[in-house]
Amino acid sequence: MSCAAVKSTAPMVHSSAKPDATVNPCTLCAPLGAALVTAGVRGAIPLLHGAQGCATYIRRYLISHFREPMDVASSSFGEAQTVFGGEDNLGRALDNVLAQYHPELVTVATTCLAETIGDDVQLLLTRYRARTGSALPLVHAATPSYKDGHVEGFHAMVYALVKALACNKGTALRSVNLLPPLLSPADLRHLREIITAFDVTATVLPDYADRLDGVILDQYRALPDGGTRVVDIAAMPRALGSIDLTLTGRAPRASKLLADRGAPLRVLGLPIGVRATDAMIGALADLTGAGRPAWLLGERGRLLDAYADGHKYVFGARVGLYGDPEFVAALAGFLLEIGARPVFCATGARNRALPEALAALPAGSVDEILDDTDFESIGAACERHKPDLLIGSSKGYRLAHSLGIPLLRVGFPIHDRLGAGRILHVGYRGTTRLFDELVNTLLQRKQDASPVGFSYL
Amino acid sequence: MSFDLLKERRAQVVRNNRDGVVALDCNKPSAAGSVSQRACTFCGSRVVLYPIADALHLVHGPVGCAAYTWDIRGALSSGPELHRISCSTDMREREVVFGGEQRLEASLRRLIAQHAPRAAFVYGTCIVGVIGDDVPAVCKRVEAEVGIPVIPVLAEGFRGTKRDGYNAACGALLTLIGTGDTAAVKPQSINLVGDFNVAGESWIIRKYFEEMGIEVVSVLTGDGRVDEIRRAHGARLNVVQCAGSMTPLAKAMQERYGIPYIRVSFFGIEDTADALYRTAERMDSPDIVERTRALVSREITRVLPELRACKQDLAGKRAGLYVGGAFKAFSLVRALRQLGVSVVLAGTQTGSREEYEELQAVCDERTVIVDDTNPLELASFLVEKDVDVFIGGVKERPIAYKLGIGFCDHNHERKIALAGFEGALAFAREVRATASSPVWNLMPRRMRAATTPMGDKR
Repeated sequence: MSCAAVKSTAPMVHSSAKPDATVNPCTLCAPLGAALVTAGVRGAIPLLHGAQGCATYIRRYLISHFREPMDVASSSFGEAQTVFGGEDNLGRALDNVLAQYHPELVTVATTCLAETIGDDVQLLLTRYRARTGSALPLVHAATPSYKDGHVEGFHAMVYALVKALACNKGTALRSVNLLPPLLSPADLRHLREIITAFDVTATVLPDYADRLDGVILDQYRALPDGGTRVVDIAAMPRALGSIDLTLTGRAPRASKLLADRGAPLRVLGLPIGVRATDAMIGALADLTGAGRPAWLLGERGRLLDAYADGHKYVFGARVGLYGDPEFVAALAGFLLEIGARPVFCATGARNRALPEALAALPAGSVDEILDDTDFESIGAACERHKPDLLIGSSKGYRLAHSLGIPLLRVGFPIHDRLGAGRILHVGYRGTTRLFDELVNTLLQRKQDASPVGFSYL
Repeated sequence: MSFDLLKERRAQVVRNNRDGVVALDCNKPSAAGSVSQRACTFCGSRVVLYPIADALHLVHGPVGCAAYTWDIRGALSSGPELHRISCSTDMREREVVFGGEQRLEASLRRLIAQHAPRAAFVYGTCIVGVIGDDVPAVCKRVEAEVGIPVIPVLAEGFRGTKRDGYNAACGALLTLIGTGDTAAVKPQSINLVGDFNVAGESWIIRKYFEEMGIEVVSVLTGDGRVDEIRRAHGARLNVVQCAGSMTPLAKAMQERYGIPYIRVSFFGIEDTADALYRTAERMDSPDIVERTRALVSREITRVLPELRACKQDLAGKRAGLYVGGAFKAFSLVRALRQLGVSVVLAGTQTGSREEYEELQAVCDERTVIVDDTNPLELASFLVEKDVDVFIGGVKERPIAYKLGIGFCDHNHERKIALAGFEGALAFAREVRATASSPVWNLMPRRMRAATTPMGDKR
């Protein structure tokens, strides 16, 4: 590591959830992740089994971030369903969803309520199929939020889709599977661009790039174009291999299952930074046997050139990081690579992935890890570590504002800026953009703080 | 888009017919699978109490319900800002199995000690209703110990519609009202009920009443303070703005304390003037009536020139609106008409039968009127009625924008004050900014319309 000069000598602190209240949560609930994954499958619509509010809250949240229509159906529990079970409502909900949306697939994720009363959704779906004779794929994931947050809900639905649909056997295809965490549509597009540059097709699960960063329309589409086709999910075991960019804190279930069914597995960190992107490019070259495309090498060279131009501005900068574990782990690596200091790394996710991933870093790289945490604790971490800036979602804005330090917005959710879906975080190209923004944020801070008003820095 | 109205929703959509009222089915649970724009019972209770800025608001349940309601309203406070943090007992599997009372009690103790609120509201969520935590008992225990009111608000998500949540919130407020000293309250006084100080709207309205010589004892609940709410029973009159949510409270205060109420609206200059005059008339003071006249005439003179200019730009435009409660819909129809904009689509999440009758009466012939609608219905009617401006909340926004249609946020997340005379002007500017934007001329819908006649669809 090149950051010896700014390493801490103190041992790393690890703090976790509080014994009582959570204040200003740093996570959303599990069905949100499941609903979002569903938008990444062509012709699919999510249905949440439970009370109406869960679906509506999740819609509002996703709409505020992506600024796109995002329909989530609900089985709309009332008191009667809570007491006697939700089978009738689930059946009517499916009937109505089919009548209105003509979907190619429906996912059914459970809310806390349905899980607590103990509805056996798998059984209810089997009975629905038997009763109606419908051959439509219905994919169920259990997503109680008293267990998991949106990150784990996301992984649970990807696993459910793979388990239910990825069953093809047969000759190998010139394709590569990509299993990303919750990324922006711009990220998903760029990753597809990178993979296909190795002369293979890419099956990205989920791929909501087009549905959640869509074109303007003159006629409304109940289910917009875009997303990975069910037939392509089915063929995933026949791929040359799977690249899994998720951090689950346990064996990555979806890609592991694909490996069991025939597609070899590579688990990698999110490609942010030169080293992390190199790792993904290397894995792609190995899997496909194709050479590294010249344009990618060009982007790599330009990123290094940018690092050279900007290295001094970021050296020793103290950064507070928070967000989904994949982002935080990758950004920590990126910051260390450029000589900045991730003084604390925080996530609201409960899957233990972040501490495990950061444990691999050299001692002294990070002062404190907070997992299963909230913004109250992140605020206290700011008091302890005095960061120069925060990097994370817009939910940290008020904290940054109160500390008088800048916030560099990445990840999810971004509710106070336009273009969340267009933020590119990954690859050499995304890293270059991120590096420029980081440098410019620090430059602006310096410029604004000076009475001179330099226009040349 | 091929689109069929769901069978079980057919009676919830009508086309206005001035020859007679068409009965509209409403005030019932959302059809399963319809993709309703409604939230839940918990949400209803949460949004009403949300603006009380010196109270602790603790959501007892898994973390999502609190996360989604963190800082969502544009409700401002002139002092403490406890309402802007999101507190959850963040129940886990352990609590679901063994009960969450201990965690609730520990959370309450810690947060009350930390923030020194004047009262605490504890919101029950679905899980709490199912596992049977005795929330009132915990509240009572903590209340006795800490010496502030700790009030359970039991409106679990599945208990009914959003309207039932409003009722629960009204019930919670009633436990505070009547516990304060009203000796100093002036005879000419009101409570402003059902204004939530979104973007500072309560401040605009309060300023009017103060100029008229009327004391505002409390605002329920905008820029709300527990001690003011405790004294609310000292007011002479309840002036109810968001009647959909707060009428149960006004009725209860009439029964309990003999305080009469009037339903008003502060959206649009006509409705604002009407609200101020009707309040003034109830004060038995010629002086107040005179001052109200002066205020209204001055304010209207101030805003009218620019309103007229907006009207010139907006003449002939068509609007659609979908809002929470019907009373806002009535006001918007009138305010838009004043701007030369006709409403061709109007709907609400929670309207009652009587409210829909009134909505039909204020709307034009053939206006599509919808109850508890969904995105596909909205999109279909927006195109059919060739709407220029759609007025709603964040969930409706992308439907309009995706079709290249203007949009104006009139929901509780808005950051622009739209109440009172100056608010009417801000609203006109908002409508003009979106309806007159040149970007729409580039959109496929308009490009096509430029070359293809719209026929009789309008």
